[in-house]
Amino acid sequence: MRRSATRVYGSCDPWLESPGYHHGLALRGKVSSYPKTDLRTVRLDNIALYCKVMAMDPNWAAEHLQVIRTLMERSAIYRRALAPVMLLLGILGITAGVAGWWFSVSASRAFGTYWIAVSIVGISGAYLMVRRQSLRDAEPFWSPPTRRVTLAALPAAFIGFVVSVLILQELPQASVDAGSLPPIWMALYGCAIHAAGFFMPRGMKLFGWLFIFAACTVGAALAFSWIPRSSAAGHAVMGASFGGLHLLYGIYLYFTEVRKNEA
Amino acid sequence: MNPDPFLNLDRVIHEKGRMAIMSLLAATPELSFTEMRNTLSMTDGNLSVHLRTLQEAGYVAVTKTFQERRPLTTCSLTPNGRAAFANYIELLSQFVDQHRRK
Repeated sequence: MRRSATRVYGSCDPWLESPGYHHGLALRGKVSSYPKTDLRTVRLDNIALYCKVMAMDPNWAAEHLQVIRTLMERSAIYRRALAPVMLLLGILGITAGVAGWWFSVSASRAFGTYWIAVSIVGISGAYLMVRRQSLRDAEPFWSPPTRRVTLAALPAAFIGFVVSVLILQELPQASVDAGSLPPIWMALYGCAIHAAGFFMPRGMKLFGWLFIFAACTVGAALAFSWIPRSSAAGHAVMGASFGGLHLLYGIYLYFTEVRKNEA
Repeated sequence: MNPDPFLNLDRVIHEKGRMAIMSLLAATPELSFTEMRNTLSMTDGNLSVHLRTLQEAGYVAVTKTFQERRPLTTCSLTPNGRAAFANYIELLSQFVDQHRRK
C-alpha cells in the first residue's frame, strides 16, 4: 500500500491534536527518553508511525494476535527436562520388577504394598529431580506449570491409590490375585499422564495413551488367560510397563529433547 | 486502512520484545526471569531493559527473593498491565475486523 510522502505528511497534521497524539506524549518513558524532546520529534514520531502502518501488510494485526496466542500457550506449558525423570522411573521400575520376582514378593497384599511403596519412591524421586533442576536454574520449584501438571494428574493417581488400598484391605485375601492389579494401575497412570499432557509437550499425551493401550492389552490377556494371574507375571508386567516404557521414552527424550532446561 | 486504532495502541506494549513479555505474563500468575529469558531466547540485558520499561510504565511488578540462598527474580502483571494488555488486544482485534470488512 504505497502513499506519497505529501499525502502522508498532510494527513498527519490533525493527529497532533488527536487523542492519539496525547497518548503518544504519555508514552511512559518512550518519548521522554529521547535526548531532545520537542514538538517536531513527536510529530516525526507520529509521521513515522503512520508511514509504518500504511506500508505494513494489512494482516499484521492478525499476525500479532497469532504471536500473542502462541506465546500465551507456551508460557502455560511445562518445559522442564523430562529425560532424566523418565530414565529414573524406567530404571526404578525394571529394578523393582526384577527385585520383586527375585525376592518372591508373591502374597497379594505384599505385592500391592510393595508396588505402592515403589510408586511413592518413584514420585518422590521425580519431584526431587525437578526441584534440583529448578534450583540449578534459579527458578521456582512450585511454578504454575508444575502446579497445573500435578493437579491434572492428581485425580487419577488418587483413585489408583484408593482403589489399591480398598482392594488390598477390604477384600478377602483369597479373592484377590496380584496379577489383576497391574492393568488397573497402568490404565489409571495412563489417564493421569494424559491429563497432565495437556500442560506438557505433545508427546506426553501419546505416552499416556500408550499406557492405556498396554493396560487394555494386559487386561485382555488376563481375561483370556494368555498370561497367568501370578505375582511373578505381575512383577514382569509392572517391570516391562512402568520400567520398560519409561526407560524407552527416557532414551528417546534424551536424544531428542532440547538440552537446555527451559522451564 | 483507518489508522486511528493504531494511534491508540499502547506503544509501551507495541514493541516485539515487550509484547512477548506481556503475552507470557498474561497467561500465568508469575514467571521467573530465567524462565522468560529461556522461553523468549533473549539476552539478560535485553530482557532487563524491557522489564524496566514495563515496570516504569506500571505494567509489571518485579519481586526479588531468595531460594536456597540464590537470588530469584519473579515478574507478574499488575492490574494496570493486565488492563492495558487487554486493551491492546482489543485494538488489534478491531484492526483485524476493519481489514476483514474491506
